[in-house]
Amino acid sequence: MTGTALLFLVLGLGLVGWIFGRARASGFVRNAKGGPRGTVNSLPYYHGWFVAISAVAPALLFMLIWQSISPALVTNMVLSAPVAAELPQDTFARAAILSEARAIAQGFQTTAFQDMSDKLVPLYKGALSYYKWLGVAATLLLFFAGGAYAFTRLKPDFRARSKVERVIMFGLLVASLIAIITTLGIFASLIFESWRFFSMVSPFEFLFGTDWNPKSDVTPGADNGYGAIPLFWGTIFIGAIIAMIVAIPLGLMSAIFLTQYASSTVRKWMKPILEILAGVPTVVYGYFAALTVAPAVRDFAVMLGVSNAASDNALAAGIVMGVMIIPLVSSMSDDSIAAVPNAMRDGSLAMGATKSETIKQVLLPAALPGVVGGILLAVSRAIGETMIVVMAAGYTANLTANPFDTITTITVQIVALLTGDQDFNSPHTLAAFALGLTLFVTTFFLNYAALRVVKKYREAYE
Amino acid sequence: MNSAVVDPTPTDWNGQIMQKRIAGRYAAERRFKAMGFMAVALSTLFLAFLLFTMLGQGLRGFQRTEIAVEFDFPVLTAGATAVSVTGPNADAALNSMDIPGLVELAVGQQYAGLGDSLLTSAAAANVREMLIDNPELVTSKQTLWLPADSRLDVAFKRKGEQAAEKTVAALSEKDALRTGFNWTFLTGADATDPSAVGIWAAFKGSLMTMAITLLLAFPIGVLAALYLEEYASKNRLTDIIEVSINNLAAVPSIIFGLLGLAVFLTMFGMPRSSALVGGLTLALMTMPVIVIAGRNAVKSVPPSIREAALGIGASPVQVVFHHVLPLALPGILTGTIIGMARALGETAPLLMIGMRAFIPAAPEGFTDAATALPVQIYLWSDEVNQGFVEKTSAAIIVLLIFLLGMNALAIYLRNRFETRW
Repeated sequence: MTGTALLFLVLGLGLVGWIFGRARASGFVRNAKGGPRGTVNSLPYYHGWFVAISAVAPALLFMLIWQSISPALVTNMVLSAPVAAELPQDTFARAAILSEARAIAQGFQTTAFQDMSDKLVPLYKGALSYYKWLGVAATLLLFFAGGAYAFTRLKPDFRARSKVERVIMFGLLVASLIAIITTLGIFASLIFESWRFFSMVSPFEFLFGTDWNPKSDVTPGADNGYGAIPLFWGTIFIGAIIAMIVAIPLGLMSAIFLTQYASSTVRKWMKPILEILAGVPTVVYGYFAALTVAPAVRDFAVMLGVSNAASDNALAAGIVMGVMIIPLVSSMSDDSIAAVPNAMRDGSLAMGATKSETIKQVLLPAALPGVVGGILLAVSRAIGETMIVVMAAGYTANLTANPFDTITTITVQIVALLTGDQDFNSPHTLAAFALGLTLFVTTFFLNYAALRVVKKYREAYE
Repeated sequence: MNSAVVDPTPTDWNGQIMQKRIAGRYAAERRFKAMGFMAVALSTLFLAFLLFTMLGQGLRGFQRTEIAVEFDFPVLTAGATAVSVTGPNADAALNSMDIPGLVELAVGQQYAGLGDSLLTSAAAANVREMLIDNPELVTSKQTLWLPADSRLDVAFKRKGEQAAEKTVAALSEKDALRTGFNWTFLTGADATDPSAVGIWAAFKGSLMTMAITLLLAFPIGVLAALYLEEYASKNRLTDIIEVSINNLAAVPSIIFGLLGLAVFLTMFGMPRSSALVGGLTLALMTMPVIVIAGRNAVKSVPPSIREAALGIGASPVQVVFHHVLPLALPGILTGTIIGMARALGETAPLLMIGMRAFIPAAPEGFTDAATALPVQIYLWSDEVNQGFVEKTSAAIIVLLIFLLGMNALAIYLRNRFETRW
């Protein structure tokens, strides 16, 4: 019996428990004296839920714990067998044989590459099935114990509803705690792996070095090619400069045109069309940038007389990224312009200013904090964007301000470092986490600043 | 302003200077408006150009070039009968026929001197399927249309290598080429030969990943939204939860991939590149989106509904689950669909958890090695072979159709069920 089958069995039995509990409580209602429900405290289905939860919850909890501890128990049982004494003492060779024997016993693998494994397979099979059935028996025992206990507690005046509601409230709280756990998980894993990286490579070299050419075996104190300045510059150049040169004017002017000039029909059609730009997956943008925009940019550069234009140039990636960001800038500007009190606009128009003068001299200055907040969010989005730069920008670290040259970014290098083998002892893999931490911290502060600016500005007009 | 001297003569609005000034201001106004129009037009043009390019290239990916090959089955198979390729021993009978050898022989006889690789690597498998579908074929001389090799395919559809162009010209003279619908593309899996690739495996991988994502992110997201909006008291913990959710919604997706790699793969030892890990990672990414959409939907349910329910004796939990949640559900669903559409197009986190491997078969279970549609697009885009260009675009068309469908559904739901209180 697999874990999935057991899960469905427990849930199915839980349904049976629900039906029994509800039937019992319906009996209370039917036999009640005085009034339609008599002294019965809770509706029958709450009794059903009480029984079902009391039976299923401990069983599921046990299954979860069992899943995590049973592999260790199985290994222990195998190791205590006499055959296991022949195993090599070397920890690494030992672990390789054990994991192979386990894989064969579980049917994931068919042939053994190590001679020792075959001998252990029957042992593993025995141990696995022993602990599996032990787990199944214990799960079912817990289920019936919980269900029976709950069933005996059902009485007409039993407060089933408040018990069930307490469980629901607990569930709600746990669900909202998952966000915190995820944030902590991200932070902890990034910090932990980065710590290990910085114990190999000095943080000073990482943050201030200008040579990015990561070596897989590092010597402390020497230059190991982990200077991330070219990556920081590449990220800023593509995400915060080229992309913003495209996105800010186009996004802002689109928002102004659609809110101030366009008729309602045009607005109704154009807004969703702009939204589609935000909905196109980034891998599609990346493909388009690499296939169509990059060659066009290179030809243009050659026409201008730039001879060393690369086919994976920074400009193509930046332009396409800018287009992707347009809807974000546009909708944030849209919101903040709409939030400017009408009295200010009407006042300006009444003084004889034209529409464009009103927009430029009254609406935009008043909406500026909101627009700036939107731009900060857009920058944060652009520097964390991965697929466009992976597909269209280059892999060579290059400290240059020439947009026709190839430039690499933080996200490109994370992908490049984690391609191939992901050995958690190699500084390559760990460097990816250090880059990830840099990215996480940067985007966190950008987002935080953006939200603060926008919030403050909203308060000013409320 | 005691020193200011006020000119007593009124402004001459009809004077030449004033008229010029006003004309200038109106011109500036028109220029500004035109700039706004240009911005919208440019964005739209870019979108149109992108879609047009993908359609132009991708539609060819749904077609394949087929070559007529004549099989003299009675001679080639030395007397196999329709009965022998049906029934319980069909597999053995088909294997003993050595179909790849037959195909090579037939092509060699017919198109001698045109090079040896005219057909796709999957041609023998295609012949086998045809024989299984229609066993009568083996009793007579048949002309079968088999998919051409990728080089010829490219040369026939647009311009290819010179050698391939020559072969295509020679074949066209014999009337041995035609264009057919590429069913393999919809039903097959990844392959090294672009004329034999399909998206079904990647699509199934995406569906399975999405199933896990929805199963986890939707309930957790809705419950968290209800808690924060309806029950949470204003305290330190609630503040931290809110900051976490807002921050998670804006964290770059690649960071979630790093989390998946470090926690799900390395710490929990879950199977690499499986739909399960992909779904878990994307669920963490989608959950904040659902929470934010859910909170807005719950917030828009008017308090009078809650008060009425409380007034007739409902408990706080009953108020929320019997009244607030059903009324907020359309808004929550809209947000969920939009979040799921985002997750469906996401590539970077899946690359981090190893979904970039070459997977030549569709996954059978949630723990099998799988790939997803956007990852498949990325992998194909990296291929040097010219035949992959149109396949990549065709896969993009499929992905975009699904995303547009999901977004259209979200808009429909919003318009159909949204209540303005």
